[in-house]
Amino acid sequence: MTLIPPQAPLRRSRLQRLTLSRRQQTLWVIGLCSLFLLGIILSTWIIGDTGLNPILAQRNQSPSLDHPFGTDWLGRDMLSRSLHGMSLSLRVGLLAATISAFIGSSLGLAAGTLGGWVDAVITWIVDVFFSLPHLVLLILIAFAVGGGTTGVVVAVALTHWTSLARVIRAEVLQVNSSDYVQLSHRLGRSPLWIARHHMIPHIIPQLLVGLILLFPHAILHEAALSFIGIGLSPHIPAIGIILAESMRHLSTGYWWLGVMPGVLLLLAVKAFDWLGENLRDLLDPKTSQG
Amino acid sequence: MLSISNLSITFTQYNQGLRRKHLHVITDLSLDVQAGEVVAVVGSSGSGKSLLAHTLLGILPTNAEYTGTLLFQGQPLTQKRCERLRGRAIALVPQSVAYLDPLMKVGHQVQRVAQLNGVSPAAARTLTHQTFQRYDLATNTQRRYPFQLSGGMARRVLVSTAVVTQADLVIADEPTPGLHPDVVREALTHLRELAEAGRGVILITHDIEAALQIADRIAVFYAGTTVEIAAAQDFSTGRLRHPYTQALWRSLPKNDFIPLPGNQPNPEQLPEGCLFSDRCPWVTPECTANRPALRQINNGWVRCIHA
Amino acid sequence: MRLNPIVRFAGSKLLRLGLLLLAVALFTFVLLSLSPIDPIQAYVGADMMLISPEQQELIAQRWGLDQPFLARLWDWLGQLLQGNLGISMVFNQPVIEVLANRFQASLQMLAIAWLISGILGLLLGIASGALEGSWIDRAIRLYAYTLASSPTFWVALLLLIVFSVSLKVTPICCAAPPGVLTEDVTIWQHLHHLLLPALTLSIIGIANITLHTRQKLIEVLHSDYVLFAQAQGERLWGIVRHHGFRNILLPALTLQFASLSELFGGSVLVEQVFAYPGLGEATVQAALRSDVPLLVGIVFFSALFVYIGNTIADLSYPIIDPRIRLGGNLEP
Repeated sequence: MTLIPPQAPLRRSRLQRLTLSRRQQTLWVIGLCSLFLLGIILSTWIIGDTGLNPILAQRNQSPSLDHPFGTDWLGRDMLSRSLHGMSLSLRVGLLAATISAFIGSSLGLAAGTLGGWVDAVITWIVDVFFSLPHLVLLILIAFAVGGGTTGVVVAVALTHWTSLARVIRAEVLQVNSSDYVQLSHRLGRSPLWIARHHMIPHIIPQLLVGLILLFPHAILHEAALSFIGIGLSPHIPAIGIILAESMRHLSTGYWWLGVMPGVLLLLAVKAFDWLGENLRDLLDPKTSQG
Repeated sequence: MLSISNLSITFTQYNQGLRRKHLHVITDLSLDVQAGEVVAVVGSSGSGKSLLAHTLLGILPTNAEYTGTLLFQGQPLTQKRCERLRGRAIALVPQSVAYLDPLMKVGHQVQRVAQLNGVSPAAARTLTHQTFQRYDLATNTQRRYPFQLSGGMARRVLVSTAVVTQADLVIADEPTPGLHPDVVREALTHLRELAEAGRGVILITHDIEAALQIADRIAVFYAGTTVEIAAAQDFSTGRLRHPYTQALWRSLPKNDFIPLPGNQPNPEQLPEGCLFSDRCPWVTPECTANRPALRQINNGWVRCIHA
Repeated sequence: MRLNPIVRFAGSKLLRLGLLLLAVALFTFVLLSLSPIDPIQAYVGADMMLISPEQQELIAQRWGLDQPFLARLWDWLGQLLQGNLGISMVFNQPVIEVLANRFQASLQMLAIAWLISGILGLLLGIASGALEGSWIDRAIRLYAYTLASSPTFWVALLLLIVFSVSLKVTPICCAAPPGVLTEDVTIWQHLHHLLLPALTLSIIGIANITLHTRQKLIEVLHSDYVLFAQAQGERLWGIVRHHGFRNILLPALTLQFASLSELFGGSVLVEQVFAYPGLGEATVQAALRSDVPLLVGIVFFSALFVYIGNTIADLSYPIIDPRIRLGGNLEP
């Protein structure tokens, strides 16, 4: 008689005692990401104008302890500039994404609950939106609205609702076909009552995760539009504009002007990704058993 | 040839909010199989039948942990040895065509099994051809995709995958559900033939009547444990030892047709004592205190203190 | 009789395309009519002060800007049906010609990027999915996820800094060395200028294909038929070779054709960074300098481009998948 040593599982459980449980890990990631993003958004008010005034004596310095992101051709601190730009981009992105989420959930709810021709029209609009490259659509709308901050917000808001609308529509259809909703219908409950008691509780988590996962796309597209020059005006230095300006100074070898603000943008986008994914793990572990 | 004692399997899962939970899917399971015999493993779904097959083949999911003793041909069956033996010494006849690659022609798939047994490609082709002929499968069947097979053809192709191996132990997982009675009889005959050829066969099924047609012995599973191992003739002669086996026998249409009320216990919260205690007509306070051990009575085994 | 379903299929696809283009046309026209941008001012720019109101009037008349909304729409749709997309204001050339020239320049870049990202993405996805949970998987996933959240133009900027500014192995801009006429550009100079933009686009495109292939392979590896293959004694790489590849190829191919939309969008940003005179760069020019006919032409063209990609993706299913191709027709 030999006992089979369950080696691999034992090693795993020993490891688990040393590190945090998955739940704690998830909660920590959510907390840290939120803190980081909040820090960037609020940095404008915390650091104020420090480092934004041109000091010609310290032009074009590479990254150092005093200036972690280096300084630009006017001697301005790139970290301050990047934080200001990022904060602005985040706020614009958040505004646009929130509007987009509102459009997406309203149309998704409408398509799912009303069905019939409303559903057909909304599905068709979604299809038309998917038939154009996203960036071309963004440029077209931003251009038509007349560019500027309004242009970016409208363009981003009008083009990011489609996938969320699809998710919400599918969720509504699924809940609608469930037994308890069917029963409520037969008990003569009004559609509003059903929406409030059965739909909303199921859709809120989806909406929350969908909204947070919208942010990174919205911010990336806001940055792209500003970079091209169709977005925020050059006088409001959003992150995309800082990067576009750096293009003019690249051939001179001031690499940090292009690299460092981009790193900040990448980190912000990743923070939103992590936040959304960990939140989804917490709310709905089945979709992400890992 | 095969001896399993006190096998227990636990699954770890995460539920909402990412809290960990453990599922005890198999508890103290014991079974042995000799060469040349058909042992039927009978139990309702969720009794751990298929998991037993997966354990023997070393294909349990990664979130499963197991303890207990597995001996195959006198040697402990470790994960390493499983990986070496599976497909060669131990073969599986799966439930349905869902276990065949949907995008690969079936002849090619059977041939691949033979090649994995160390047969040359040319010999594998001949072997496949012979096996298909033996089971009355037309030559063009080899060029079909799994979705193009009828129920009976699918069964014969699936058995072919085991026949082309030299496996000493063949595990047939639920080979009969949803099939025409003639096809069922044919499928069972094929399994019996494998045993006649000197192989050990484990027939996993929830269909007692099918099992009784070909099995030498029958092991009854309940909630992941063996409650009884009886010779096939014990059923018709009324010498069954365990109350669950007796209830199963009575629930057959040809007998009293009385179903047993209640359900198997939840693997998340197994009862302290005997796993069958909450549905047992013979239950006494001793039953709920301790898990009964497997005892030998009348050349059979039973896990009940009242038998 | 056998041709019938094919004709019906082609017919329905063409009808859908027609409806789609009509929808895009209406959408674009309404959007641009509502736009507060004055095309004359945008066209003339800073010289606006030098032009008299009479001259402005003349330009407006020549462009048909003085007509009422519906008349313009009707007239415009009529012109579109005749294949007349108008004259590009920026390039002073028919839009069709601009599209043709610029797309030709972009096409090679898009094709190279499409192939490289498809093949590398597939290989990385297979490696990552087959070795799920290993260090290799983690590294590949980190790479793919990081690229998926990187701004395209920034990746282009980084590569430009590394290869063109620091290492000086690739040119810093454009499609040809400065001062060289288009006719005199050698094939090597051409490829040299194409290299970095195409590479940037592929690097970005890889992420999506890799992650989807990984996901699909993991799905396949958890399927019943792979479980059975394992039970037959098939090892990991045997499973990937005999069952994995076969079963992920179709979704990967579909995805690859459907990714033309993102590829096009990416090319706009990449061409902007590398000042590569392709269709993407023309898109930005059109928007920045209010060249409405060109912008509309590009919108149509990109819709057509994406539609062709999606249609090929749809078509690949019945051709490759025997379950659809043979449709369960059982011979007696």
